Amino acid sequence: MSYELIGITVLWIFLYGYLIVASIDFGAGFFSYYSRITKKKHALHHIIQRYLSPVWEVTNVFLVFFFVGIIGFFPDTAYYYGTALLIPGSISIILLALRGSYYAFATYGAKDSHLYSLLYGATGLLIPASLTTVLTISEGGYLAVDNGNVTLLYGELFTSPYSWGVVFLAVFSVLFISAAFLTYYAAKAKDQQALEVVRKYALSWAFPTITMAFIVFFLLGERNELHFSNMMDLWWMFALSLASFAASVWLIWKRQNYGLAFIFVMVQFFTAFFAYGASHLPYLLYPYLTIYDGFTNESMAIALIAAFIGGLLMLIPSLYLLMRLFLFDAEYLEGRK
Amino acid sequence: MFGIENDPVLLSRLLTALTLGFHVIFATIGVGVPLMIAIAEWMGIKRNDPHYTLMARRWARGFVVTVAVGVVTGTAIGLQLSLLWPNFMQAAGHTIGLPLFMEIFAFFFEAIFLGIYLYTWDRFKSKMRHFLLIIPVVIGASASAFFITTANAFMNFPQGFDMANGVIANVSPLEAMFNPATPTKVSHVIITCYLTAAFILGTIAAIHLLKGSKHEYHKKALKLTMVSGAVFAIATAVIGDLSGKYLHEYQPEKLAAAEWHFETETHAPLILGGVLTEDNEVKYALEIPYALSILAGGLPDSEVVGLNEFPEDELPPLWVHYAFDMMVFIGMYLAFVSTLFAVMSWKKNWNPYNKPLLIMVAAGGPLSMVAIEAGWIFAEVGRQPWLINGIMRVEEGATTSDHVGLMLALFIVLYTILGVTCAVVLRRMFKQNPVEHELEKRGIEQPKRVSNE
Ligand code: HDD
Ligand code: HEM
Ligand code: HEM
Repeated sequence: MSYELIGITVLWIFLYGYLIVASIDFGAGFFSYYSRITKKKHALHHIIQRYLSPVWEVTNVFLVFFFVGIIGFFPDTAYYYGTALLIPGSISIILLALRGSYYAFATYGAKDSHLYSLLYGATGLLIPASLTTVLTISEGGYLAVDNGNVTLLYGELFTSPYSWGVVFLAVFSVLFISAAFLTYYAAKAKDQQALEVVRKYALSWAFPTITMAFIVFFLLGERNELHFSNMMDLWWMFALSLASFAASVWLIWKRQNYGLAFIFVMVQFFTAFFAYGASHLPYLLYPYLTIYDGFTNESMAIALIAAFIGGLLMLIPSLYLLMRLFLFDAEYLEGRK
Repeated sequence: MFGIENDPVLLSRLLTALTLGFHVIFATIGVGVPLMIAIAEWMGIKRNDPHYTLMARRWARGFVVTVAVGVVTGTAIGLQLSLLWPNFMQAAGHTIGLPLFMEIFAFFFEAIFLGIYLYTWDRFKSKMRHFLLIIPVVIGASASAFFITTANAFMNFPQGFDMANGVIANVSPLEAMFNPATPTKVSHVIITCYLTAAFILGTIAAIHLLKGSKHEYHKKALKLTMVSGAVFAIATAVIGDLSGKYLHEYQPEKLAAAEWHFETETHAPLILGGVLTEDNEVKYALEIPYALSILAGGLPDSEVVGLNEFPEDELPPLWVHYAFDMMVFIGMYLAFVSTLFAVMSWKKNWNPYNKPLLIMVAAGGPLSMVAIEAGWIFAEVGRQPWLINGIMRVEEGATTSDHVGLMLALFIVLYTILGVTCAVVLRRMFKQNPVEHELEKRGIEQPKRVSNE
């Protein structure tokens, strides 16, 4: 495998990690707000707090890892995306900042307010919508480059069906992933009342998610034929994704093995996300930038990969400890610790 | 207004300075406070004194709130560097991608253990087990400061690559990271984080005592913070002196600008305060003979390069002199106050908890934060007009987007909201749950009865 491929694979794995852990967090914020206004608060509030409080900071690092890593491996992305994304990027920063700090203020400052809860719920949907613009733009046709000046074509971005399709897909997926995880978590915590609520959420968001996935798939065909035909070559990965989706919904429907159901959800997104990513290659940005011409020098690449391996050796045991204490410790889950 | 609406370079500089200036408040607390928590928890175990353990616990509780703001503003600056300085990051990615990347691992490590630490106070049977969990937090926080500061050191003394026709070649990431600016810069930054954290916590204790509390808890907190503060303050002055020697050797124009030193000469005096006239004459300043030569080279007859040796358009703005003076003055002040306190509490019969000294300690926390800001402004503005010293000028690194002004306005609003809410939340947290109250609740102390009962 070439350094370029190793680099992009590492980054994509972290982005996938962010997709899962952040979706859980974003969706939880929305559900917690929704259950508040529909007066089901007591049922959900507890499990959401128990899970999120120790891990929210870790979630954020996944994202930081991706955008710092991409500058390290592919410095030219800073030039193209950095110049074009000033406004959407800044909006994402502001939303992330409000979300993170207000979560901490509400949780540790121990004041429960309607405003905090609204902020937490609303940003949970707006952040995925704003972050996915980057993926949309990468398909090409949304940027103008003339003699060294990169500008984003806002008119094109806001009127294209594809970009709206991606936004809706992102939001629905967030809600589905989150509800599937919370179903598992509530079952582990033996919290029947919460389980009933989140299980219903999981089932009701499953259908919109998969429908939107099909719609976006075909909209992409109109937007970027090259990418679309590469995706068709990887049809078996998308088929695997669809099968995993069906398996997870079936398990949740039958009230069986929620843990396995969530693993199927993870497989569903893993296969789709990697099939999307693999077929996107070699382009980082159609048609301007590929992983080969935007790559860093060789010694930096080796240093980064070495640092990455060293870092992983340190992180995996630590993450394992975190999960053991807060995710798989029955007494903690049931609120006895 | 001000005619700066459409100057993306100036606006980008302002926005960068705003974000970093705001971030560094929380970053400094983030690097320094874990060490203070660790010291307090350790004392609690060694002396078997629940006051210290409670201290660690209460500090940690306040700390999470500031960390949250540190994390979100850090995320902001991380993204903003690419958004505002795309050309700089393109070049920097080739050379200092490594420390930036490693900084994130350090955060990762810290974030994981911080999460565990906060939620496991009463989960382990052995207190030592819980103490061990703060160690990775201290290491992670200091390591992140280490890595990010090496990136900044590179901007001051770039090395580890060749420049051929505007293309970067033959990169050696480790050489870029460990450049001549690294040792002094990294150690000065980390030690001042510790110093500032000690003084901020000392300020809180001093204010409680000034307000009339006589509780042993606050006295212990004050003593702990001031004794560690004295150690950090002296180390800061020593390393600050070494930083001056670094500048003398590698960035003489920065030192000369800080000292309004125009003619190259030996036996140069150190200038404190003062004003500069139209034709570069220093007035109303306090001059300490030979002191600049000693700061720069260690001996009175060291030759110090003056500003006249440099092309006019490569000089930093001369007002950095005031930032430098402010930092050095505050450094001396902090060293004086904390040493005085340490001596007074070491001597029997002397009362370190007297009102004037308490007031001086109470001023120390805010002043140390001012020194951090002043130090960074001096270091960064003193590098002007270079973004990467001698390689890339600020104009070459900036974005060309027309919307920076709008973003600047948005971020001013954002930081105002975050800063105010953070302060309000912290106040409320500790007001609602004062120490006396918590000591009783945890059964460490009996509720106070009316005395003649
Ligand atoms: C509590 C904060 C604080 C205090 C009391 C001091 N400093 Fe400082 N100083 C900093 C906080 C700081 C800093 C914020 O950490 C800086 C900014 C950039 C850097 O590398 O460190 C800095 C930079 C800095 C530089 C520039 C380094 C460079 O640009 O590479 C010099 C020469 C000194 N300091 C010297 C001193 C001296 C002689 C002090 C006397 C006691 C002193 N500092 C106290
Ligand atoms: C956290 C502490 C820091 C503070 C408070 C700080 C402060 C500042 C200030 C005041 C400026 C504006 C200078 C001017 O325009 O005249 C500036 C510029 C800048 N700083 Fe720093 N800085 C810090 C650390 C860093 C680090 C660690 C990096 C790099 C990794 C960095 C990168 C930059 C860049 C790219 C600019 C814009 C270019 C320039 O004006 O030179 N800064 N910073
Ligand atoms: C250009 C300069 C800087 C960049 C790009 C940067 C980047 C970041 C990022 C991305 C985070 C959030 C990490 C997370 O998600 O957990 C962060 C937080 C933080 N940064 Fe900065 N930073 C800069 C300057 C500094 C400096 C100069 C220091 C220290 C002296 C510092 C220390 C910290 C600390 C302690 C935190 C809190 C992290 C935590 O406690 O988890 N940063 N920074």
